Amino acid sequence: MMSHRFHFPERGLGLLLMLPQLLITVIFFVWPAGQALWESTRLQDAFGLSSTFVGLDNFASLFRDPLYLQTVRTTLLFSVLVASLGLLVALLLAVMANRVVRASAFYRTILILPYAVAPSIAAVLWLFLFSPGLGWISYLLAQCGIDWNHVLNGGQALTLVVLASTWKQISYNFLFFLAALQAIPTSLLEAAAIDGASPLRRFRDIVFPLLSPTSFFLLVVNLVYAFFDTFAVIDAATGGGPGKSTETLIFKVYSEGFKGLDLGSSAAQSVILMLLVGALTLVQFRYVERKVQY
Amino acid sequence: MLFTFATRRLVTAVALTALAPLAGATTDLQFWHSMDGSLGERVNAIANQFNASQKEYKIIPVYKGNYDESLSAAIAASRSGTAPHIVQVFEVGTATMMQAGKAIKPVSQVMKEAGEVLDEKMFIPAIAGYYSDSKTGHLVSMPFNSSTPVLYYNKDAFKKAGLNPDQPPRSWQELAAAAAKLKASGMSCGYTTGWQGWVLLENFSTWHNLPYASLDNGFGGTGAVLQFNSPLHVKHIEFLAKMAKDGTFTYAGRKDEATPRFYSGECGIMTGSSGSLANIRKNARFDYGIGMMPYYPDVKGAPQNAIIGGASLWVMGGKSQAEYKGVARFLKRVATPAVAAEWHQNTGYLPVTVAAFDLSRKQGFYEKNPGSDVAARQMLNKPPKSYTRGLRLGYMPQIRTVVDEELESVWAGKQTPRAALDTAVSRGNELLRRFEKTAH
Repeated sequence: MMSHRFHFPERGLGLLLMLPQLLITVIFFVWPAGQALWESTRLQDAFGLSSTFVGLDNFASLFRDPLYLQTVRTTLLFSVLVASLGLLVALLLAVMANRVVRASAFYRTILILPYAVAPSIAAVLWLFLFSPGLGWISYLLAQCGIDWNHVLNGGQALTLVVLASTWKQISYNFLFFLAALQAIPTSLLEAAAIDGASPLRRFRDIVFPLLSPTSFFLLVVNLVYAFFDTFAVIDAATGGGPGKSTETLIFKVYSEGFKGLDLGSSAAQSVILMLLVGALTLVQFRYVERKVQY
Repeated sequence: MLFTFATRRLVTAVALTALAPLAGATTDLQFWHSMDGSLGERVNAIANQFNASQKEYKIIPVYKGNYDESLSAAIAASRSGTAPHIVQVFEVGTATMMQAGKAIKPVSQVMKEAGEVLDEKMFIPAIAGYYSDSKTGHLVSMPFNSSTPVLYYNKDAFKKAGLNPDQPPRSWQELAAAAAKLKASGMSCGYTTGWQGWVLLENFSTWHNLPYASLDNGFGGTGAVLQFNSPLHVKHIEFLAKMAKDGTFTYAGRKDEATPRFYSGECGIMTGSSGSLANIRKNARFDYGIGMMPYYPDVKGAPQNAIIGGASLWVMGGKSQAEYKGVARFLKRVATPAVAAEWHQNTGYLPVTVAAFDLSRKQGFYEKNPGSDVAARQMLNKPPKSYTRGLRLGYMPQIRTVVDEELESVWAGKQTPRAALDTAVSRGNELLRRFEKTAH
């Protein structure tokens, strides 16, 4: 792509036009992030009556805690599972929906529908299905000899929150994949077909590369979703348990800050989370984006 | 919206200054609570009755979400100078509120300054003790909705299993035997419990005459150390772990998940909050009974007394004299025998005053509703000792979570009871030391 550079005659006008965006960034990002940084170096009571500077103590006590590192691992596992499962299933559905000719609008609407469901409601729906003793999926599993009890079984609890979180995100991914698929010129595919390329080959060599910008965008969005927006699902479905098996970083930030009223530790954790996701996104843009063909 | 709010404020201000001596000028008092559903309707009724009884003050009850949510909302409001007048705070938030200094105003002080006489002796001792300043001995918050763990059992299932339906299990050994018989009669779940930390460790401690933490469970200062890994505690959790392994104890979840499993008829015995009674009454399609918490008869001094869960009403700081007068009047009304007895009978929460208990008895409530006095009798079982008054530990919500996590690993067979309790104690102590640093 050719790069155009346009220069405003005056610096002032350019700044003025950027001002709304800058203001939003400062008010909704820089300010709260700065506040979190400040709070993370302090230890204070719930009402903010006394506050002492403790330096990096809040961070040090987190990293001394083996359970915190376990939560980091749980978060990474959870996020990778949600993002990869969400992308794969959505891609499969999009490719299939793209082939449907009759009643395609109906199928698409059905597939997009879960996106309209609030996260906590999604969690409760899945909770009902898998509820030990009440849910019909757990009943079916019991018929197959699988004793489903996510209240005690950590692996099953993680499966439950991954399913509920992914289910919600699949619709979003589906929408983008479908749009990208429809943007692929049919002439390319037809030419390949005439040359004798099998459907699989056409997908691998033509469709998939052309989908790569969308896939990359969705990868970033899905990872950020898994890190930050799955809180409601976990809160409603498992509350982080059993043990700590479904406790993610964002859930811990909430439970320590808002339920436990330990603002210093909660702020330190949100700073760590911010750095972690920032670093992950940077890595993705540095290394994964190179493989993307625009 | 903003405009109308501002106008209303202005009108109120004008009304207050100009028309204060005249009738018709009312002072609005915000009351934030966490009572939803039918409980919320009861709170509204209490407020409406108060509002109708006089013209100077108007209590405005606002449901602010569950206990965690209303507490953090009140704290946020207090930090920005817009605190409500009264907030309902759950019992584990008591230590946090007591450390709040100027942000709150102790109830006994509110009453005294408003010229209202409040006889603190009228409250059930174990309830008043929970909410009293250990130095002055006076109330810091107003007892409101208190519950204790009780034992519910399915009488129909007892009959079917060949057990005496009129005799709830008294000891843990009897409970285990009954649960095994219920299983043998074809039930999938013998015994279950809600709120495991509160029932199996906190109340277990006071019921068995044991401290939960040093310094009188934290009443003596913020330097307290957790002590729920004593040999008897370990023995108790080992007893339950064995039941879990045999399949006679089913773990249902951290909160109240056990209650639906009891009233659906799945579990034959449950220990849970006395406040669950209303729900069970509404949903159970079988004959059920209520018993006291089980105990180990070989423990000296057991059973001692139960301790409460639930919440109390806190008065926030920084309000005017006139406003505090209204608050004092309202709180006094909440504790009158008629109001307290009605609240107790409708909700299943404890009668907070002895007079309310006596009134309910006189009205024949306990004859009509057998078992509904068990909770109160557990509280009055013996005069509380210094270490069975309650708990006053900082970061208690986190400590409860730690206990939940460690006990879950025991029920799942991943950890021995001794190791789990030791870990819970040391993790909890770290939280207590952290809280100590924030205290002043």
